[in-house]
Amino acid sequence: MPKRTDIETILVIGSGPIVIGQAAEFDYAGTQACLSLKEEGYRVILINSNPATIMTDTEIADKVYIEPITLEFVSRILRKERPDAILPTLGGQTGLNMAIELDESGILNELNIEILGTKLDAIHKAEDRDLFRNLMYELGAPVPESDIIHNMTEAKALVARIGYPVIVRPAFTLGGTGGGICYNDQDLEEIVTSGLKYSPVTQCLLEKSIAGYKEIEYEVMRDAADNAIVVCNMENVDPVGIHTGDSIVVAPTQTLSDRENQMLRNISLDIIRALKIEGGCNVQLALDPYSFNYYVIEVNPRVSRSSALASKATGYPIAKLAAKIAVGLTLDEIKNPVTGSTYACFEPALDYIVAKIPRWPFDKFESAKRNLGTQMKATGEVMALGRTFEEAMLKAVRSLETGQVHLELKHAEDNSDSWIEKRIRKAGDERLFFIGEALRRGVTIEQIHEWSAIDLFFLNKFKNIVDMEQILADHKNDKEVLRTAKRLGFADKKVAELWDTNEATIYAYRKENGIIPVYKMVDTCAAEFESETPYFYGTYEEENESIKSDKPSVIVLGSGPIRIGQGVEFDYATVHSVWAIQEAGYEAIIINSNPETVSTDFSISDKLYFEPLTIEDVMHIIDLEQPIGVVVQFGGQTAINLADKLEENGVKILGTTLQDIDRAENRDKFEQALHEIGIPQPLGKTATSAEEALVIGKEIGFPVLVRPSYVLGGRAMEIVYNEEELQHYMENAVEASPDHPVLVDRYLTGNEIEVDAICDGENVLIPGIMEHIERAGVHSGDSISVYPPQKLTQAQKDTLVDYTTRLAKGLGIVGLMNIQYVISQGEVFVIEVNPRSSRTVPFLSKITNIPMANIATKAILGKSIVEQGYPTGLAAEQKGVFVKVPVFSFAKLRRVDITLGPEMKSTGEVMGKDATLEKALYKGLVAAGMEIRTEGTVLFTVSDKDKDEAIALAKRFSTVGYRIVATEGTALSFEAAGVRTDVVGKIGAKGQTLLDLIQNGEAQLVVNTLTKGKQPARDGFRIRRESVENGVPCLTSLDTAEAMLRVIESMTFTAEQMPKAEVVH
Amino acid sequence: MKKRLLILEDGTVFTGTAFGSERASQGEVVFTTGMTGYQETISDPSFYGQIVTLTYPLIGNYGINRDDFESITPAIRGFVVRELAKIPSNFRCDLTVDEYLTSKDIPGIEGIDTRKLTRIIRNKGSVKAILTAADEEVNVEEIVAKLQTTPAITHHVREVTPKAAYPSPGRGKRVVLIDYGMKHGILRELNKRDCDVLVVPYNTPAEEILAWHPDGIMLSNGPGNPEDVEEGIETVRNLIGKVPMFGICLGHQIFSLASGAKSFKLPFGHRGGNHPVKDLRTGRTDLTSQNHGYAVDIDSLKDTDLELTHIALNDGTCEGVRHKKYPIFTVQYHPEASPGPEDSNHLFDEFIEMMEVEAGKGKQHA
Repeated sequence: MPKRTDIETILVIGSGPIVIGQAAEFDYAGTQACLSLKEEGYRVILINSNPATIMTDTEIADKVYIEPITLEFVSRILRKERPDAILPTLGGQTGLNMAIELDESGILNELNIEILGTKLDAIHKAEDRDLFRNLMYELGAPVPESDIIHNMTEAKALVARIGYPVIVRPAFTLGGTGGGICYNDQDLEEIVTSGLKYSPVTQCLLEKSIAGYKEIEYEVMRDAADNAIVVCNMENVDPVGIHTGDSIVVAPTQTLSDRENQMLRNISLDIIRALKIEGGCNVQLALDPYSFNYYVIEVNPRVSRSSALASKATGYPIAKLAAKIAVGLTLDEIKNPVTGSTYACFEPALDYIVAKIPRWPFDKFESAKRNLGTQMKATGEVMALGRTFEEAMLKAVRSLETGQVHLELKHAEDNSDSWIEKRIRKAGDERLFFIGEALRRGVTIEQIHEWSAIDLFFLNKFKNIVDMEQILADHKNDKEVLRTAKRLGFADKKVAELWDTNEATIYAYRKENGIIPVYKMVDTCAAEFESETPYFYGTYEEENESIKSDKPSVIVLGSGPIRIGQGVEFDYATVHSVWAIQEAGYEAIIINSNPETVSTDFSISDKLYFEPLTIEDVMHIIDLEQPIGVVVQFGGQTAINLADKLEENGVKILGTTLQDIDRAENRDKFEQALHEIGIPQPLGKTATSAEEALVIGKEIGFPVLVRPSYVLGGRAMEIVYNEEELQHYMENAVEASPDHPVLVDRYLTGNEIEVDAICDGENVLIPGIMEHIERAGVHSGDSISVYPPQKLTQAQKDTLVDYTTRLAKGLGIVGLMNIQYVISQGEVFVIEVNPRSSRTVPFLSKITNIPMANIATKAILGKSIVEQGYPTGLAAEQKGVFVKVPVFSFAKLRRVDITLGPEMKSTGEVMGKDATLEKALYKGLVAAGMEIRTEGTVLFTVSDKDKDEAIALAKRFSTVGYRIVATEGTALSFEAAGVRTDVVGKIGAKGQTLLDLIQNGEAQLVVNTLTKGKQPARDGFRIRRESVENGVPCLTSLDTAEAMLRVIESMTFTAEQMPKAEVVH
Repeated sequence: MKKRLLILEDGTVFTGTAFGSERASQGEVVFTTGMTGYQETISDPSFYGQIVTLTYPLIGNYGINRDDFESITPAIRGFVVRELAKIPSNFRCDLTVDEYLTSKDIPGIEGIDTRKLTRIIRNKGSVKAILTAADEEVNVEEIVAKLQTTPAITHHVREVTPKAAYPSPGRGKRVVLIDYGMKHGILRELNKRDCDVLVVPYNTPAEEILAWHPDGIMLSNGPGNPEDVEEGIETVRNLIGKVPMFGICLGHQIFSLASGAKSFKLPFGHRGGNHPVKDLRTGRTDLTSQNHGYAVDIDSLKDTDLELTHIALNDGTCEGVRHKKYPIFTVQYHPEASPGPEDSNHLFDEFIEMMEVEAGKGKQHA
């Protein structure tokens, strides 16, 4: 069927900020979709609030709106642009929910706008549990015994009928927010209450748990002519009971016979046909390991995280084709973009095995509950390909960048046998490693199967890995054994440990003996047809298919899995760097391990190597490709951390040299450099032991900011207020040593400023200066960032430009750099210099129209800023105000303290732009998911040191008509200052307490500041968690509160103008 | 672990680990891309005379069970995989692949770069090969020379067709199933529809078949070159127009040749479970299970009474025909699946309907 000619303009809805459950995969899907629609000649308009994405680059769509994805703003764009259709199925749950809201508001009917892809009734049928179950019943597809409940009474009645365990799945939430498995009455009470709260329709599905079944997924596609195919099937290593986003997944299925496979394939196709989806769909099934019994668990009538994984796992670009199908093209007329010779209407055949492991944020959130269940907790994932299961799994393990390169725990010997059993029985993020340890201790696979219900097939593979450790240990310097171990995916580092030598020796030994990997192509067809996809993975086989071209090449290292502190921003810069390298006439080669991203779309670079970002795996590729150099400054800390080893191996680091990188990152060298350049920084020193830290603390005076060197996202960074806290920090939070020094700095309060700059060695271009709303002490990634700065004097700006220029030149920067300053009592201090791309690069590039990563890359390759046609110095300020507002995923992570501090906690960001700061902030806050009300109740619980400032805020809240509520102490000081305040009881007090206030929805806003240092006072912690769990914005910085207040004040002002207008009517 | 060699006629030598039978074996090496269904593949008689390699690297994961055989005696000459599961895991598993192949005296090799092998086959087309123990005496040059001069085997069907007719009774339509090397799946589908089936050897004369008063005739799949099956072609020629017919794979080719069309050898065949086939009448594409090295020449259909009904989406070759006058249709692919997608299972229903319509006509005439 030819594509539709009755539509011209299509509005694509993006997925908004990165949150747990909805991450970079939608940047990949959305980018593909927009380009795919443009390719077909449609005019594409995009709305997405997330500035950190490739998708929101102006080249991706004809018109890009970085605006909040809310009914208000999307409606406004619809009215302005009058598209013929909207495509909501590529923007995750956000896109689907927006489509439903738009439809219900009547605007789609009014403007005669069609929904492409999946029709609304199909969305309802797949998402509304009742309708879904009815549909499954019609199709004869079994679903677990279950019922919809709307309150606790109904929940209890149902459990009385079907018994425990039951799974709670709140309707219309993403990543399963608020759900869980209940084993008893107490669980039921807790989880159902939270589930009902999170469901926008106050509806939960309670379902008989089928935990222990095999969890199988099918990624299916269908077109308007009813052609339907399965792109990929996947098997979760973790049985049913753990959210698929939190499960270790392999593709294709491993333990299913053809009959089981065809049975599940048939029902998946029946479902997509019954829903009449035109595009992609994900079907999750549970299969009894002991019979042909199966259940349909869930259907996602849209492109999903799993479809991004399936696309990368097979090479089949689901989102790209889903977009083409949405405009009427059919699978049998679209060419398979991988082979270029066959058609899209086929099912990829894999000749390798794919392993995906989620990346969890528990390294940052040590207090968080690490148990895994139906609510997703991972922020990202890695994928690895291999020709053996063991190889794919071990490659995935080392792609995680958690310090492990093998199936082992960091301090294995500290774990008792019973603890290991416990951690295998109850799934958590480290279960895989506990299994490795159990096997090492001689626990049988049958026993582990009994504990975990993980299939014996997988356990046996893990056992092969553990068995090989012993074989290696018994056969030192045996090259045949080494070859076998490499075919099982062993890292050189692990082999070196077993052979009592170092990694480099093993690498050299292998090269001498010809034990090196070859690269196989991912071609969708298992080599049946000739393909030219430049998409490769490494494995230990005979035939290499990746042939070095004659063109000089540059390798760009990607940023690995998305984690807190290293998000999609780094992928953005990586992709732009690749494009710039190509523009400069080189072949651009990328290495990355993250299946969710745009950078691992094989059509982006000249060659994609889907490999772990470890020195061993990267060096293999460099040996083969012989690039002119490697670019490390765009892949975040992942890539930077490889720089020294690359140089040791004789690889040229393009751009800022290793010595200069080290000069910026090594504290002592940095201090010396600053001294030489003559730029002030807060007093501070490096400590290599707890004792030393205490001496430094006393010397420079508390409060001090402490952190390990070489980290990203402020990991383990804290502000400590006295010796005792410092002692505690040094003993518990870090392991200080001469190799891993800890930085102790004087903590200066003041206005925090962030500057990104490009240097070509001679000149410096500063696209813009950004100012933080929150004072220094809150991590820059968690602060609201404002462009252009609103509070700076011209003299301060001049100083910043001067310092930045001198720093760039003085530190020998070639490429990008990022500097954080604090202005304390009018004086400018440097806090930190990052000799690499930063989180703010996409934001700043977009608002200033200066393609920073592109210019930087070309500068690295030898073309000066001036030659590129750009000015030097500070670029002219843009009109309007732009804010970057962080977005958090606290609702998904139980027991995490939400207080803002030096350690980064946000998972994503949004942008707000408008003529004034207040309007931009309004958009930013709304886009970040906060509801801003012009009236209501604000609850204050602030520490003594903040009382004076809080009084000023309370006054202003009161003036705009907010009711002020506070606990006794705070209320007294407020009243004393003349602010009318209602008193509410503290936690545990008689009568109404502040927790009741939050739970009952009486407070619309909570302002809570820490009583002291980090030690979270239990009450404060509970207040903050209670707010998160009840969806009440809780502001832990008075600066954020002030910003919100300014917005409210500006809104109230206009509201007062309205009555006049009414009189005229 | 014993070493074993897979030597190709072009001189390529793969060294791997032996499993299954200890004997040496020779045949045409072919690849199939199905990721599940190795048990069905091993026991599919259409692979007669062939050494089969699977492109998916992990084979044997769910073992061998009693249910999923497609014939009693596997006809493959050898089995080539990247990795064979030592400890399979599935509730139906009875044996490992190694145990099964050992019991059937079929040699296998594992641990080789099967993707390299696949690419050689893809680029060279038909490749003869030998599986042999890797001992000192192996003279590769001699073996290669022998392989190059050995003529390709012919008349495969004679080796896999039954010696005598046998019934598989039912109460529904009487179907004579001409067995050129049938997969059990075909019989299973007919039995599922309550057909009263009589399975007959490929060279059963037409009169003998008609004497059973069948409501329809089913032409099975089978191995090799359709041109070799002269007696079979003759039989089918004499049946055209007399009874409704449905043919699969080799059955489709034999029917086409009997109708005056021609066949040719494909460069490297269609083998796997992901082949899209377009139904030219409905415009819909089904994913199909395929296993054939020969195809019917579309150009040769123009002087016949046959109408092209299905084509392979990828290479445009003939995947199905229909007789313009009589109730006969045949397809190149496997609607009985096993292994592979069951999208075109409805063809068996169409066959039953066709027989019913014909029976109805008979009554009207009477």
